[in-house]
Amino acid sequence: MPSEEYLEGIYQIQGRDFVDAGIVSSEMKKKLKEKGIPESVIRRVAIVTFEAEVNIISYAEHGTIRYYIAPDAVTIEANDVGAGIEDIELALQEGYSTADDSIREMGFGAGMGLANIKNHSDEFEITSVPDEGTNLRSTIYLNGK
Amino acid sequence: MTLETIVNELGLKCKCCWEKLGNEVDGGYAGDLLSDVMGNSKKGNVWVTRQVHLNIVAVASLKEHAGIIIVQGASPDKDTLEKAQKEGIPIIVSDLPEFELVGKIYHLMHFSR
Repeated sequence: MPSEEYLEGIYQIQGRDFVDAGIVSSEMKKKLKEKGIPESVIRRVAIVTFEAEVNIISYAEHGTIRYYIAPDAVTIEANDVGAGIEDIELALQEGYSTADDSIREMGFGAGMGLANIKNHSDEFEITSVPDEGTNLRSTIYLNGK
Repeated sequence: MTLETIVNELGLKCKCCWEKLGNEVDGGYAGDLLSDVMGNSKKGNVWVTRQVHLNIVAVASLKEHAGIIIVQGASPDKDTLEKAQKEGIPIIVSDLPEFELVGKIYHLMHFSR
């Protein structure tokens, strides 16, 4: 059973550090497993965290991922300093991407990341200022909405 | 069906994590876009891809795939194999194109009993 305590933490992410992509999501997954969070929730958190991580690495100078694990929900917050997003509505459309070739060659930058995050969140918010950075927050409830 | 059966029946080469070839494969996913694989593949899948860089290991590990098969005679990067070893994700290679290999695996899993 999930414990009643509240847990939070923060990870630092360096832009362009593709070697470490996935480390934060992997840590998150471990943490949630230890806390007895249901597997369906862990699966969604892993997708959200991985995409958020890859976005910071691909488009930002640096950023952070914060997590809050409450008795009823897991919240992931990604904040970065970097290119930001000109048109959020467009960026949320599957297939739209501003990724350069080096990112695409690795199989990233297909324009599916933000849509993946949104589709696997119960609550999703994103704000961005071009040339400053992007902030996104995803909440996943332990027992559905 | 185990990964080992697929490797043996189709004459594939295992490059890493032989000890994990007993992993049960309960389906597969083919794709080269990491977000697509991240969003749509399932635990226990064998993942067939043309990507060779180390981020495929992160995806396979997060999704708890049975293993990765790299197609078209491509070789995994050295750091891909190192990371796969660390994470315990079998990396297998095939000379076949993605379409043909997936067809063979599908046939083996569904019609060869």
